[in-house]
Amino acid sequence: MPTESTPVPTPAPPARPASTEPPLLTGSGAILASLEKLGVTDVFGLPGGAIMPFYDELMASTSIRHILVRHEQGAGHAAEGYAAASGKLGVCIATSGPGATNLVTAIADAHMDSVPLLAITGQVFSTSMGTDAFQEVDITGITMPITKHSFLVTDPADVPGVLAAAVHIATTGRPGPVLVDITKDAQQKTAPFIWPPKIDLPGYRPVTKAHGKQIQAAAQLMVESRKPVLYVGGGVIRAGARAELLAFAEATGAPVVTTLMARGAFPDSHPHHLGMPGMHGTVPAVLGLQEADLLVAIGARFDDRVTGKVSEFAPHAKIVHIDIDPAEIGKIRAADVPIVGDAREVLADLLSAFQKAAVDTTPDYADWWKRLSTLKQQYPLGYTEPDDGLLSPQWIIEKIGEMSGPEAIYAAGVGQHQMWAAQFIKYERPGSWLNSGGAGTMGYAVPAAMGAKVAEPERLVWAIDGDGCFQMTNQELATCTINNIPIKVAVINNSSLGMVRQWQTLFYDGRHSFTDLNTGHDTVMIPDFVKMADAYGALGIRVTTKEEVEPAITLAMETNDRPVVIDFVVSRDAMVWPMVPQGVGNSSVQYARDHAPEWDRE
Amino acid sequence: MTYHVLSLLVEDKPGLLTRVAGLFARRGFNIRSLAVGTTEIEGLSRITVVVEVEGLPLEQITKQLNKLINVLKIVELDPSQSVQREHMLIKVRVDNSTRSQILEAANLFRARVVDVATDALVIEVTGDTQKVEALLRVLEPYGIKEIAQSGLLAIGRGGKSISERVLKN
Repeated sequence: MPTESTPVPTPAPPARPASTEPPLLTGSGAILASLEKLGVTDVFGLPGGAIMPFYDELMASTSIRHILVRHEQGAGHAAEGYAAASGKLGVCIATSGPGATNLVTAIADAHMDSVPLLAITGQVFSTSMGTDAFQEVDITGITMPITKHSFLVTDPADVPGVLAAAVHIATTGRPGPVLVDITKDAQQKTAPFIWPPKIDLPGYRPVTKAHGKQIQAAAQLMVESRKPVLYVGGGVIRAGARAELLAFAEATGAPVVTTLMARGAFPDSHPHHLGMPGMHGTVPAVLGLQEADLLVAIGARFDDRVTGKVSEFAPHAKIVHIDIDPAEIGKIRAADVPIVGDAREVLADLLSAFQKAAVDTTPDYADWWKRLSTLKQQYPLGYTEPDDGLLSPQWIIEKIGEMSGPEAIYAAGVGQHQMWAAQFIKYERPGSWLNSGGAGTMGYAVPAAMGAKVAEPERLVWAIDGDGCFQMTNQELATCTINNIPIKVAVINNSSLGMVRQWQTLFYDGRHSFTDLNTGHDTVMIPDFVKMADAYGALGIRVTTKEEVEPAITLAMETNDRPVVIDFVVSRDAMVWPMVPQGVGNSSVQYARDHAPEWDRE
Repeated sequence: MTYHVLSLLVEDKPGLLTRVAGLFARRGFNIRSLAVGTTEIEGLSRITVVVEVEGLPLEQITKQLNKLINVLKIVELDPSQSVQREHMLIKVRVDNSTRSQILEAANLFRARVVDVATDALVIEVTGDTQKVEALLRVLEPYGIKEIAQSGLLAIGRGGKSISERVLKN
């Protein structure tokens, strides 16, 4: 462009060897080279006009596997599943406009559940931006509230620095989604590719090492406490603090609850484990928190599904709140001892502080354990067989867990099947349980399972899905079949939007308004999930009787040349119990319908 | 109603104001006034924001603002430790009988008359919120036709500067 004054290129001094000159790359080439240098090996995406220059480069890559999804939301959830299963960064790619907006749900999901996600979107030419150009949307604007940060790149020279910064932000501190929107002209123009780039983020300095004084204060509360509970959230998994948590729980002798996001952070088989707290938590976990005199919250955020009515949550407990995000501390419940830091480092420090403090004051949790053991004994997780003679969904999910074991990965959709999968599968390790906890995104399971299988190909990966959820994202079965990603899908088919139906049964006089999906027993069965599996080149199995359950699971586990879909036709009347009705305190937990456990109400 | 004055040192990046304003909107924090301008350091801007705090600790607001990647520093400016100024242009109705009274009032408030017409004056006033409000009350009976007001500007008293420790890093 003649009107623009470009600096006159000066020839390199003769003494300087030519090899030190950074190579000239197109912006697209720079995206690819940056991703490669950042260690990215797998990406999920779908091309379109504004991202075509990059896709042209990507085709030649030997170190990055690109998986072509059927819908961009699938790419987003696949990248999430990839990240959640492996602890690595997940990467998804889409074009401008609708391609980018189709990522929005997955980005919001990653934001709520602190998943390290890099979303790369193409944008129209920088010269067309703001003109309502074809497939133009302001995706950085749209995603501003649901990303940890976002960048718009219009200059190819910025590509390496922005991508390195984006990955740094997504994976450090409290992880989260970062969106990088790159205009088509920035992809096409060339610039020197300088690596490593300078990452200039003066406003971003996550604190990982906690204040010693606070650690000591927390340790002191621990030894003085008579009824402590370690309230463990998903942050423990993101921090990779499993070993530190185990050591701390065993050294202190304190009971542990693991939230929906933290299932697997602490072994379910461990005697200290009280189970999952919250709306559908176990009675020992729910009442353990209610009766506690001290909660040590670790990477947990006092979500409303955990606390119930906040003013009545754990009314007698002092709070030690450990989180890497300072804004979580005191957001819902004031903390007596706030600790900002990485769960892994804090738990290690807290353990040594506890051991020192325990020299002077010996903690005594014996009475507490007596009480908790009684609760555990009286109120184990359970379910009743349905009256209609159809299969019990809880039993099927329990069976899948038993037969597949703790080394498998289980990704759930959202609803009743998700709760049952959280309750009745026994988790022993982080990364074995993937779900959409914060956002509650129906349709998460199939693409997330796909992403997990790509990250951990040696593991058995189940999508525990509902008939409603499955119909939102099952198009990714095509992706799985064609790319040899043999996931197993267990459709817990109760022919309805089960969780909504349960609420309608309980709170809306049984008026089942628009929750009937007609996929299950005694219906037209549209769609037919077995035929659908077949159409996608997957193995479809229908299970309607108890005798068929184990053989079907075995066959699924043995089939690895294609995905498997098992259509478990189950009773629609099964409900998720225990339950704390919305809007009341957790002390009102019901073990089963109209059955509240007895406990000390003060 | 309690108000707090926050001074934000931010990187001058596209969309920064949207990020800050959007955060206030979606977290339910109310902004009373907002003033944005450049600083002595190239690439950095300063946002002075007056927030309404009711039932929500100020701490939660500053923590959420701190999470914005482009926000470098947040300082709460206490009225006793800082200089706080508003800037207002007031168009007031005048006639021959009221002109001298209005001019006198303007003088008392050390306000300046910056435009004169037969039926109106534009008065420019600078001062803290109370002073500006007091002048408005005095002028109100004459008929205020129009006002234009800046957000509050504030700067800490003494030798320290908001950007000092930021620059070191």
